[in-house]
Amino acid sequence: MIKVHVLVGLVALFVACTRDNPQTTTTGAQADKTSFTVKGSDTMVILGQRWSETYMKEHAGITIQVTGGGSGTGIAALINGTTDICESSRPMETKEKDDLKAKQKGAVAIETKVALDALAVYVNEKNTIKEIAIPDLAKIYKGEIKNWKDVGGKDAPIVLYGRENNSGTYAYFKEHVLEKKDFAAAVQTLAGTSAVVNAIKGDEKGIGYGGIAYLEGIRALPVKKDAAAPAIAPSLATAQDGTYPISRFLYFYTAGEPTGNIKKFVDWVVSDAGQKIIADVGYYPLPKK
Amino acid sequence: MTEMQSSEALPLATEDKAPKPSLVRTSRLGERIAEGAVKFVALTSIAAVLLILVFVGKEALPLLYSSEMHQEVTPGALVSVPGHVWQPVSETPKYDVLPLFVGSLKVTLVALLFAVPLSVAAAIFVAEYAPKKVREYIKPAIELLAGVPSVVVGFFALVVMASWVQRAFGTEHRLNTLVAGIGLSFAICPVVFTVAEDALRAVPGSYRAAAMALGSTPSTTLARVILPAAAPGIAAAIVLGFGRAVGETMIVILATGNAAILDGSLGHSTRTITATIAQELGEVVVGSPHYRVLFALGAILFLITFGVNFLGERVVMRMRRKLAGAAK
Amino acid sequence: MTRTQRSHVSSSGASPPTPPRRLASLRYASRVSDRTFFALTALACLVIIAMLVVIVGDVIIGGSKTLSWEFISKAPEQGMMKGGIFPAIFGTVALTLLMTLAAVPAGVATAVYLTEYAPQSSSVARWIRVCIANLAGVPSIVFGLFGLGFFISTVGHAIDSAAYGGRSVYGQPCLLWASLTLAILTLPVVVVSTEEALRAVPRELRDASLAVGATKFQTVTRVVLPEALGGILTGSILAVSRGAGEVAPILFTGAAYFLPYLPTKLNDQFMNLGYHVYVLATQSPDVDKTKPLLYGTVLVLLTLTFLLNLVAVLIRARTRRRARAAL
Repeated sequence: MIKVHVLVGLVALFVACTRDNPQTTTTGAQADKTSFTVKGSDTMVILGQRWSETYMKEHAGITIQVTGGGSGTGIAALINGTTDICESSRPMETKEKDDLKAKQKGAVAIETKVALDALAVYVNEKNTIKEIAIPDLAKIYKGEIKNWKDVGGKDAPIVLYGRENNSGTYAYFKEHVLEKKDFAAAVQTLAGTSAVVNAIKGDEKGIGYGGIAYLEGIRALPVKKDAAAPAIAPSLATAQDGTYPISRFLYFYTAGEPTGNIKKFVDWVVSDAGQKIIADVGYYPLPKK
Repeated sequence: MTEMQSSEALPLATEDKAPKPSLVRTSRLGERIAEGAVKFVALTSIAAVLLILVFVGKEALPLLYSSEMHQEVTPGALVSVPGHVWQPVSETPKYDVLPLFVGSLKVTLVALLFAVPLSVAAAIFVAEYAPKKVREYIKPAIELLAGVPSVVVGFFALVVMASWVQRAFGTEHRLNTLVAGIGLSFAICPVVFTVAEDALRAVPGSYRAAAMALGSTPSTTLARVILPAAAPGIAAAIVLGFGRAVGETMIVILATGNAAILDGSLGHSTRTITATIAQELGEVVVGSPHYRVLFALGAILFLITFGVNFLGERVVMRMRRKLAGAAK
Repeated sequence: MTRTQRSHVSSSGASPPTPPRRLASLRYASRVSDRTFFALTALACLVIIAMLVVIVGDVIIGGSKTLSWEFISKAPEQGMMKGGIFPAIFGTVALTLLMTLAAVPAGVATAVYLTEYAPQSSSVARWIRVCIANLAGVPSIVFGLFGLGFFISTVGHAIDSAAYGGRSVYGQPCLLWASLTLAILTLPVVVVSTEEALRAVPRELRDASLAVGATKFQTVTRVVLPEALGGILTGSILAVSRGAGEVAPILFTGAAYFLPYLPTKLNDQFMNLGYHVYVLATQSPDVDKTKPLLYGTVLVLLTLTFLLNLVAVLIRARTRRRARAAL
């Protein structure tokens, strides 16, 4: 007898301790959520945080939680249904969009461009090299060029730093610089862009890549599209007009069109109010149409 | 049990005060329920081990039979990719696990190389040489090292030690096997120390007395009598340290550089099994080949530590038997 | 032994040998090999302690400037570059509390079964011991995989389909699953400490209790366990210290980078000191500005685990001294 009561009591306690304002999404119509999750790109995670902080200050009653993990992580979370908005520093692939449709009852991945980023090539401040051409950059990261002197620097081996394969930065670099070829095995995979920056700061022979926002204490090399083109340094102007060859959009992805409070948030992010914050964090706002 | 006089002050369960039969029956039933309940809870440990094996293994099992999985990776491909490359995110995903295994092994060996001599020597000091007062301070101090979370050790290795090592040895990569191995040794020193010290203290004092009586000097006693007697325990300590090092995650994520390079150099970055699982599990789609390979790695890791512990126990038992046999 | 050493021994003219309680008494200190052994082993001790001092010292130096009441009580602001780490502290405390609630009763019950109830040659008891020993050796990341594969994907989803109509309430990373995962991880610690404490309780106490008519269950709960409380406490505190510092098992079972609320429900995600250190060390936007924060967080985490370990060691030393005195 007592045991039944204990059991019932435990179940009631369990239910009482459950937050049933679901923080995750399944497709289809649902009650307007006041608490939602943003997950994904490490490149964008501080941006996402700033947006959330500012938005939450202005809109009481809404809670937004932001987690990093890499664009791949965010996309996987979107597909698995454990996040509402996915931040991604690369476009979703067809295979991923198909997976989303399969797992989330036919939901279509909706893409919203939210910011602009110039992918900087980092080198140590003491590195003498002045600029780099994309074909050479590719050869360096594929392991075909191994010494700085082959690209105009000192006689020293090149130490390669990169991101893990769940990073959108990794994927973008691979697609646009390496033209989908594989990275050399010798690339050290670091867990976040700031780890790359930190590594380059301490390593004169290092080379790395990452979002422009993280540039502190190291140099970003001007990049040439090929040996004949002029070298362009990454900046707001060159990113917005497209002359900097490796610039990319940053995206929000949702499973299906955003509705209710989520839509309001996404709209706010794309509006002037949201775009103003981007510059503070170090990225570039979307070019004005 | 001795008989008690009924004239004693305490009310005892004597013949004329025997408990009611119904009371005896309930209390015996209560006893059996209590014992059953305790036994049931105690079985959770067995259940846990079985569940871990089952649930980690079952996520990986489709790799063996599913044709859909085999389109992207077959069990054979796990060790035979040309050039032994681990590149799961690629146009043609490559899942060779050899660089990961070699990476784990390298880091573990470096850690053992540093930690075992240090910890065993320290255990000898604390068990044999230290005066009581000193022992009471040194032992807890060394065991306090176990209270440093591995993420803190990894952080220290990443931020501070990597620079020292690079300056001292001029290594090509700042984050490499050597740095990670040294950091790892911080984490396994307390483990090896505690078990080795227990083993040394367990050697009977009569062994020492007999050796001294025969005129042996302390150092000879130590080398020829005590250490061999404690050898099984010290072997157990080393096995424990190995298992701990192979399974460590945070230190290696932060300090190895995580490049899946397959070579024997200590100055190069490397990538361990544990770091791979930790870094890549977040991005996989549940049920994808990549997901299954990661779970397979986890299952293999579990089996390795299981096997190492099991083998270690057999070796220790054999050493103990040899010692006992030799003593006769 | 060399000839010279042997001659030294026979001509030492020392008093009749009493079995020495420790090896290196002053009489023998002159032997070179003895001295070298002594020096080398003492050096090893010093090196290990130096490792500890270096890490702790570096953390204290780097983090003491950031440590302030504000740091401990406020939430992070401005993208983790300012503010405090209160949510991480809260999350860690909540996590370890739940973990202890799960691990200690289970661990104590297991130890009680092994020492009090299991028959001498029971194979069940042997298997339990084998499993405990193996659980102690399982890599922490495998626990994370288990948490994901069993608790979240299987049990969580089952709860969701049965009680919440398929909505994702428990089938996702959260406090409950992370603490259960950690509870399994720390179970061996509790079991081993409790067993040691139970074995230290003198047999006479149990016999006396049974002699005055108590049942076995009453003996265990009212006589043995209270006597063994010191060891049980030690084990629990060591388990808490271990759980507070582990990061790998919670990577996929519930830890989050930035949460705008405190975890108050079982199915909330949570921030965590160890995870925070990991994220700050690898993903913070401005490495230099974040360094003080990183060091501060590490200092708080280290202080927490150290204090817990210290308390456990003190309790253990006191119980051992009392046990020795009682004999």
